[in-house]
Amino acid sequence: MAGAISSFPTAASLNQPIRATSEPWFVKAVLIGIVFAFFTLFLFLPLVVIFQEAFANGTAVFFAAFSDEYTQHSIRLTLLTAAIAVPLNTIFGLSAAWALTRFDFRGRSLLITLIDLPLWVSPVVGGLIYVLIFGAKGWFGPWLYPDADMLAHSAIARFLDAHSFHIIFAVPGIVLATTFVTFPFIARGLIPLMQEQGTKEEEAALSLGANGWQIFWRVTLPKIKWGLLYGIILCNARAMGEFGAVSVVSGHIRGQTNTMPLQIEILYNDYNSPRSAAFALASVLSVLALITLILKTFAEWRAERQLAEAAAAFDFPVKR
Amino acid sequence: MKFPAAIFALPLIATLHAAPTTLLNVSYDVTREFYQEYNAAFTKHWDAEKKTGIQIDQSHAGSSKQARAVVDGLAADVVTMNQDSDIQLIADAGLIAKDWRSRLPDHAAPYTSIIVFLVHQGNPKGIRDWSDLAKPDTQVIIPNPKTSGNGRYSYLAAWLYAKAAGSDPQQFVTALFKNVPLLPAGGRDATTAFVQRGIGDALLTFESEALQITNTFGAGQYEIVTPTSSILAEAPVSVVDKVADKHGTREAATEYLKYLWSGEGQQLAVKHFFRPRSQALLAANTALFPKLKLATVDEAFGGWSEARKHFKDGGTFDAIYQPAKP
Repeated sequence: MAGAISSFPTAASLNQPIRATSEPWFVKAVLIGIVFAFFTLFLFLPLVVIFQEAFANGTAVFFAAFSDEYTQHSIRLTLLTAAIAVPLNTIFGLSAAWALTRFDFRGRSLLITLIDLPLWVSPVVGGLIYVLIFGAKGWFGPWLYPDADMLAHSAIARFLDAHSFHIIFAVPGIVLATTFVTFPFIARGLIPLMQEQGTKEEEAALSLGANGWQIFWRVTLPKIKWGLLYGIILCNARAMGEFGAVSVVSGHIRGQTNTMPLQIEILYNDYNSPRSAAFALASVLSVLALITLILKTFAEWRAERQLAEAAAAFDFPVKR
Repeated sequence: MKFPAAIFALPLIATLHAAPTTLLNVSYDVTREFYQEYNAAFTKHWDAEKKTGIQIDQSHAGSSKQARAVVDGLAADVVTMNQDSDIQLIADAGLIAKDWRSRLPDHAAPYTSIIVFLVHQGNPKGIRDWSDLAKPDTQVIIPNPKTSGNGRYSYLAAWLYAKAAGSDPQQFVTALFKNVPLLPAGGRDATTAFVQRGIGDALLTFESEALQITNTFGAGQYEIVTPTSSILAEAPVSVVDKVADKHGTREAATEYLKYLWSGEGQQLAVKHFFRPRSQALLAANTALFPKLKLATVDEAFGGWSEARKHFKDGGTFDAIYQPAKP
């Protein structure tokens, strides 16, 4: 009996911090040690090596790496690609999240699954599908690479031919492949947030006479802005860093279709340029990644607060 | 076109060039430095002759990947590859005339290379010829003959050596490939395995690649062993007829390739360690390019279509190669 009584919480035991686990201290120490060792070996050291190699031949060589005309072009192309792919995916992600959380329709869960498709398939496959669609032997091949017969019959083929417009092995293909790979990031971030937030405020706005556009700008967008920013940052980081899909559709034309990641590979394989040139460019991508990480953490923190506020407004506990 | 035109408007503007004549030369990986210099030389030559100005764009990647890309629509005016079969692939797709080999001198190959052995400084294993590579306790790095040109030429050169020596070639290559601990996918991968990871006693690679290593970052650490016989690897070039005609660049493209046989072109090939076609230049550079018994794939195997049978699935190579057990 005495044992049973003593198992009831007492005032003293309630004052102690509640612990989620009851493992002895050395298990905890070993686990934390493993995590730190792993983190150092696989994440931190590589990052240090990139910067160390970048400056291995001195700062002069580091900055000289950026005077190369092809390297400069690769930076411009990467920025251009991200500047097109990210807004496209923002519009798409917003519309998709809006449609999927505000309406209930047949095939809704199938659509949610399909949005994830680019995360499942290898980027190489992502590139190859565009070769199969827009390549000379692909579906649109007859229009994009027309023969005399096609030129005589199709105005579209004549127009494209006159402007020597191609998709793969040209900038449009790089933008398409990048857009494909970065497609899910914004929608995937917004859907759970918007689902959690519910539609009560929009309904209230509607009942007060706001139109759809007003509801979006004044009610929905302020509610989701941090979640949206989080998605945009992730999308941008991936858009600038994408290698596989872009490599397949690039054609590797120097000064025309090489993005930063492709240029890094070229410089690394080049016997005649200093190794530090590849790492100098790699360090720029790494800095971009670090900035992304900081912005992401901030946006994540704000998004979580937004979520908690939404939960508090409807008076139920936040699910963790 | 189902896509809104506006999406493409911006990049479209970015892809338009202003230069009067532009040629795209689609080439393989290791010719990068060579064509960088050659393009500058040719541009000067063209300006002096025609006074119209010309711009040469370059694309480099694995040879077979590049051939595939040209078939898929990469708009190359000229292709400069490291294997006959890569240009043949484009010709089979109807983009290059069937007689491309006879349109330029020397089977349309302005420079060549051979397979040599790269060994550690001082040649500790005493490797002198193909037979030494097949001895026990020797590790040889050869890229995969199924996926790389070097690998294919290495295998064929070993086969040819055994045949000329009067022994059973299949037995010889079996013994040789017993000494191959891993098959890197391509030439640069093989170099990395040998140089950076320090695997193996000898690396089989093109003379051009080996000379580049011993003359740049590997100076003093490696030396080149030239065997008594090898296969002459001809690096063929061609105008891509369909594309050049469409761009109206046939004249410039043809001149661009012909100039590879000029004194200046051949001199640049030597500078980048390719064996020149010019006999005088070759004779003047015997220190770089020692004399040895050489045969082309055509002479030794009756053409690539015959030679390739060794490497198809279920072919001789599959029969003789067993991955080494750790």
